[in-house]
Amino acid sequence: MIIPLLILLPFAASLFVPSLYTYVHSKKIGWVVMPIPLILFTVLCLHIPKLAAGGTEAFTIRWLNDAGIHFTTHLDGLSMILGLLITGVGTLVVIYSTYYLSEREALGRFYMYLLLFMGSMLGVVFSDNVLVLYVFWELTSVSSFLLIAFWHQRKRSRDGAKKAMLITVTGGIGMLIGFLMLHAMTGTFSIQAMIGMAGTLPSHELFVPAMLLILLGAFTKSAQFPFHIWLPDAMEAPTPVSAYLHSATMVKAGIYLVARFIPLFGGSELWFYLVTFTGLLTLLWGSFNAVRQNDLKALLAYSTVSQLGLIMSLLGMGSAAMLDIPGLDTAVFTAAAFAGLFHLVNHSTFKGALFMIIGIVDHELGTRDIRRLGGLAVFMPITFSIALAGSFSMAGLPPFNGFLSKEMFLEASVAVRELSLPGIGVWIPAAAWIASVLTFVYCMIIVFQTFFGRQQQTPAWVDRGAHDPQFGMLAAPSILGLFIVGLFFFPNVLGRWVLQPAMAAIYPAYGDASQLVPHIRAWHGFSPALWMTLGIIAVGAVLYIFLRQWRVIYTIPPFSWRIDTLYNLWIVQLEGNSRHLTKRYMTGHLHRYFVYILLFFIAVMTAGVSFIWKRAFNFSGDAPITVNEYVLIAVMMTAAIAVLFAKSRLIAILLNGVLGFTVAFLFVVLRAPDLALTQIVVETVTTVLFLLTFRFLPDWKKERTAKRTKVINASIAAATGMLVIVMALIVQGNQLFDPISSYFTDVMEQSGGNIVNAILGDFRAFDTMLEIVVLLIGGLGVYALIKLKSRKGGGNYED
Amino acid sequence: MKINDVILQTVTKIVVFIILTFGVELFISGHHDPGGGFSGGLVLASALLLLYMTYDIETVHKGIPFDFKKIAGLGVFLAIAGSMVPMLFNEMFLTQKKGEFQLPIFGATELSMELLFEAGVALTVVGVVVTILLTISEDVN
Repeated sequence: MIIPLLILLPFAASLFVPSLYTYVHSKKIGWVVMPIPLILFTVLCLHIPKLAAGGTEAFTIRWLNDAGIHFTTHLDGLSMILGLLITGVGTLVVIYSTYYLSEREALGRFYMYLLLFMGSMLGVVFSDNVLVLYVFWELTSVSSFLLIAFWHQRKRSRDGAKKAMLITVTGGIGMLIGFLMLHAMTGTFSIQAMIGMAGTLPSHELFVPAMLLILLGAFTKSAQFPFHIWLPDAMEAPTPVSAYLHSATMVKAGIYLVARFIPLFGGSELWFYLVTFTGLLTLLWGSFNAVRQNDLKALLAYSTVSQLGLIMSLLGMGSAAMLDIPGLDTAVFTAAAFAGLFHLVNHSTFKGALFMIIGIVDHELGTRDIRRLGGLAVFMPITFSIALAGSFSMAGLPPFNGFLSKEMFLEASVAVRELSLPGIGVWIPAAAWIASVLTFVYCMIIVFQTFFGRQQQTPAWVDRGAHDPQFGMLAAPSILGLFIVGLFFFPNVLGRWVLQPAMAAIYPAYGDASQLVPHIRAWHGFSPALWMTLGIIAVGAVLYIFLRQWRVIYTIPPFSWRIDTLYNLWIVQLEGNSRHLTKRYMTGHLHRYFVYILLFFIAVMTAGVSFIWKRAFNFSGDAPITVNEYVLIAVMMTAAIAVLFAKSRLIAILLNGVLGFTVAFLFVVLRAPDLALTQIVVETVTTVLFLLTFRFLPDWKKERTAKRTKVINASIAAATGMLVIVMALIVQGNQLFDPISSYFTDVMEQSGGNIVNAILGDFRAFDTMLEIVVLLIGGLGVYALIKLKSRKGGGNYED
Repeated sequence: MKINDVILQTVTKIVVFIILTFGVELFISGHHDPGGGFSGGLVLASALLLLYMTYDIETVHKGIPFDFKKIAGLGVFLAIAGSMVPMLFNEMFLTQKKGEFQLPIFGATELSMELLFEAGVALTVVGVVVTILLTISEDVN
């Protein structure tokens, strides 16, 4: 019961936060928000013992019974890890933002988006129903979009937000289709129920397409190659957001999804190849590109991309344990998945801390460009210590938690080489090793180029001098720093209580999850992994020292290529072309638009009349045409033709009125009092409105149109009229089904009454309801267009 | 040029009430005879149009101090919310019920859920038509 409440609490809170301004000083809004993630974190912590004992907790709120869509939450080890990260890091980020963001910012909006994100992210990890999960998944994209564009006055922020949105939502829609395919295969929307049927699925023809589409969603969200390009641009968001969404939580959603679906897809070789190799490629490309960055935040962005690739590849190797290969030593591969989960937690601690530290440097010195930073260790000792811990942990050095998971990664990469599958070989540990060397290099860049070396004079430095920030700002990264060190010394506490239940969720086929959890040791003899680490340090140090010399390779073609170029080409071309096209046909001349509409109508109708519909006319059931009708039609035609020759606007409108009232009269003759009544009132009101708009129109000038244009216009008008007549006759002559009106009259005969109103208010009431909504929108549209016209010199929001 | 509109003003004062009564009559009779929410609403709106055209906007606004945008919104709300009421009693959305009621003045009267729905339609029509009219004519100022 408690888990749905956990998801709903942030949503509920986000509604109230913006109105806090009235009661709370803007600087203190963060302190009002902070208890929310803290409460959630505490509640989740209280569930840890139950999960560690092997339990799970599911709760269903029944929703759409016919469609099988229910709001089902499923708390197990895997969702627990993510839940703890979302709420734990969330609490720290809120504390940090309270000090980081100036009180002049729109803080109410900021915390509203942040809570919105927190709720949707919890929804993603706790939902068992794939469609509900999908909705929350897209909500995280939306809140991420809002947060990246938080400083929306900057064009770069807006572009970054747009890019992130385009890429992640495209993947998300692919994932939705994948989910629907899964539903088609299994007949259920529940992930747990699907996992229960895992054995029967691989032979199904939709199995591979569903897998590919779900991976597309996961890879776009987790910034895997080649979709990683949105993440560096997302760094335009305020730093607390980067620390929270774009390193610790949201980008882990894809990893969560892959881990969640390992029981379903893990037995497939294609899955193993795709996840492992995409992960490795991302790891290499990300670390390679991180080295070339000058902006510390961009460097961290690429390093996040690379670390996400590392975790992804570990999960891929982990899924190999489920491959159907005789004599397979599964323990090696389950250890890889375990390392992936372990690194997932570690990465959130050290990367979150590093982002916050970079934020502090930026806040204190006004720049994050490493070419303008240096020698800060003396002035900012505490900041420096945390940065050192975070960077060395990321580089994989003891005594920090990153060392443990990095060693396990290297071990796994060596072990997977033994797998007797095509394409597997020594190059996997080689790739892992090269990426680790590059990781080591950029970690050294963070530490040494920022905190050692010559002091650079930045403007902010000259003003205020550099020093550690106030305690509150350091609190959050310090707590993460404690975890970085603490997890190194007590990794098995985490392993036993948090990671073991998660392993049980990934490998439900193994009865006892405790066999899947290796005992983590810092020292495990002279294994290949240790030699690789020593090699990394040696080669990495050399590369760092000669960085300036070999950095030129980034200008040489294969290395200077960027996926961004493709994206920019595509988006810029698309925008340019559509603007060009739109300008060509949106001329601002009303009669041109009429021509487009009518030409389209003529084209569709001509095609229909010539090829699709039966052209049989049937006049047998028609009533005889009397003198009354002939006279009225003659009046209407005269009025219509006379409009064309009217000398003034008033006459034109009056003639139009004649036409309308004659139609009303025709309705009377044809014994349709309701229609006649409505037509009369409508005609009256529109004539008044016509007259009202008179004074805005320029003087009536007899337009001198070329003869050719006149002929074209006349023929378009004539063709439209003819087609309408033909269409009406065809409809009259070819009844495919019994008319529904007989049903209406049958029903009405029993009750008696006005059949027109019964149709409007009862049989077709849904139409009527939507029609008045449209009417309201139209009215408000007129109001908005006229009243809210942009004032002179007002901003143009369309770049 | 000052337009002399004494006759128009005098006639309007009387005629408006006739039109308004006619509008209400149309609205109520809609269940069995020609009329209903849409045409009733339009007639009511045209009475208001006449008022606004005869007198100026400020004068009319003193007598009828409504925001007609809100009236239109209220109409849509009535129609949609009224249609949802049956859902509370486990009926389908838009189920229309009717019954005979003993009312103080009218005696035995047949009342239907449609009345609420039609009232929503009428209010929307009145609100939208007057909003459009006022917006366009105020634009001059």
